[in-house]
Amino acid sequence: MRSRLGRAVARLFPVALIVAVAVTLVFLALPVIAIFADVSPKQLIDSLDDPATVDALRLSLQTTLTALLIILVVGTPVAWALATRRFRGRQILVTIIELPLVLPPAVAGIGLLAALGPKGILGPVLDSLGIALVFQTAGVVVALTFVASPFYLRQAQSAFESLDRSLVEASRTLGASEARTFARVACPVAFTSLLSGAALAWGRALGEFGATLVFAGSFQGVTQTAPLAIYAQFGTNFPGALALAAVLVAFSVAILGGVKLLGRLQPA
Amino acid sequence: MTAPALEVASAAQLGQIALDVSLGVDAGRCLALAGPSGAGKTSVLRTVAGLLRPSRGRVRCGDEVWLDTERGVARSPDRRRCGYLFQNYALFPHLRGWQNVAYPLRGGKRSERRARAVELLERFEVGHLADVRPGTYSGGESQRVALARTLARDPRVLLLDEPLSALDARTRASAGRTLKRTLASSDIPTLVVTHDFDEAALLGDEIAVIDNGKILQRGTASELAAAPVSSFVADFTGAVVLNGMASPGPDGLTAIDLGGGATILSTEQGSGAASASVYPWEIELAPIDAPAVGSAQNRLVGRVVSSTTVANRVRVTVDAGQPVTAELTGPGARVLDLAVGQQIALTWKASATRLIER
Repeated sequence: MRSRLGRAVARLFPVALIVAVAVTLVFLALPVIAIFADVSPKQLIDSLDDPATVDALRLSLQTTLTALLIILVVGTPVAWALATRRFRGRQILVTIIELPLVLPPAVAGIGLLAALGPKGILGPVLDSLGIALVFQTAGVVVALTFVASPFYLRQAQSAFESLDRSLVEASRTLGASEARTFARVACPVAFTSLLSGAALAWGRALGEFGATLVFAGSFQGVTQTAPLAIYAQFGTNFPGALALAAVLVAFSVAILGGVKLLGRLQPA
Repeated sequence: MTAPALEVASAAQLGQIALDVSLGVDAGRCLALAGPSGAGKTSVLRTVAGLLRPSRGRVRCGDEVWLDTERGVARSPDRRRCGYLFQNYALFPHLRGWQNVAYPLRGGKRSERRARAVELLERFEVGHLADVRPGTYSGGESQRVALARTLARDPRVLLLDEPLSALDARTRASAGRTLKRTLASSDIPTLVVTHDFDEAALLGDEIAVIDNGKILQRGTASELAAAPVSSFVADFTGAVVLNGMASPGPDGLTAIDLGGGATILSTEQGSGAASASVYPWEIELAPIDAPAVGSAQNRLVGRVVSSTTVANRVRVTVDAGQPVTAELTGPGARVLDLAVGQQIALTWKASATRLIER
């Protein structure tokens, strides 16, 4: 025998589900919609004429794409090595690589300062090589690479791990070296997975705030990326901040949509 | 006598199985490695190709030493010139048919590589797949394209891993013939792995039966069937194996007591614990009240457990204390009007009964 309470719960559960979904949807979507509701298209276009805004967008694009390039060029072979090699300490290495995922961005910035700053561990070395990172555009790239690389590495590693092993072995028995197999078989076959990993990393880099601010500062045209510009402007020029935010949202949606589309295009 | 073109020795601990195999294959010959799954057959192929590094082993192909663990020689797979046909064919999904076949081809113009690849595809009657990616191939088409790709590198040894198992029953027969023709025209040694004795008999000039990492017996299919060295080999070749105790019987024959009052005779000699093996097509079925005909000296009575039609034959399994399978033609089965549970007599000759001491 079910109690009256049990029957009531059973009846109400579907209703509760609908309410929960509705609340979630409104909570997550409303701020995004509000950005576009609060700023008229004309205001949006006008504010894009503001030099600080233009600088921020240009810098964001430049630094995130540079960081992405570094992540792809260095990270893809690293992911391949982690996916195909079994060695002592591998698990520790994987954990270290994933660490930036859970590290608060401000902590990441402090860490980068302690490692690469003028008084950091490698400071004298970098200084003697004539490399300055702090308060420099290059520093922004370092911070973005640091926080965004795990997103790509994780995805690429699992993509290579789920690769049909016989394809790799077939390539080897057909006379291809490991390097050729990596370039001609592994990367092309895992391409859509790698691309979605790259999109995730790019999305993370575009939104980066804390590590960049702590490590590179916020100087217009040099280290002030779009998220930093939004923070700098919203006290003085709220419509400008909104316009920048709208551009970032549009970018993020485009990236997310691209990833979803790729996932659907990928043959089963 | 010259040394065989391919010599392989491989010893390794693979999970539960201690692999310890050594064999040689002459040029132009095909040795089938047959045995149940997990017996270590594929590990032998992988040793030859360099995909598995045994703890002790040696692979020599012609005058090249590919592996010698004692001397620290171990060529990487890409430097061994093996034509390895994978069980799932392992076609590259992102490359068109001709690009798959041209993958091992190096140097020369793209148009030359394409021409060579298309020529190979046409040899296997799949020239129309040159510009199609593998996603839409049928099983038989995949096998042909993979075979063309395997041969494109002009290999020194051919390694076929369960080449027909990914195909449906209908395609298997024609794919088997294609493979057989290819092997017949080949002048390099071939190793083919299969868990199916009939497939081994079709493709192999010789068969090596492997179980638990060891070669139990090597010979032609008819040699294995005629004189299996163990009940495992007999069973694997498709024979019915009956266990019992052998002792000298009448007229110089050997009597095998199967327990439960049943005794059968064999023309072969032996004593003590033994297995008798007989082929299903040598056993005749008769109603239990029918008078004995012919010279068949062995007679068991049992109940019909099942009867299955395989192609134009009917396989009847009878519980005669131990399971016995007889094979007869369709009309023969209809005359008997078999029903499950029915009592029936099984008869066969003492000379068709091989004896294996256990």
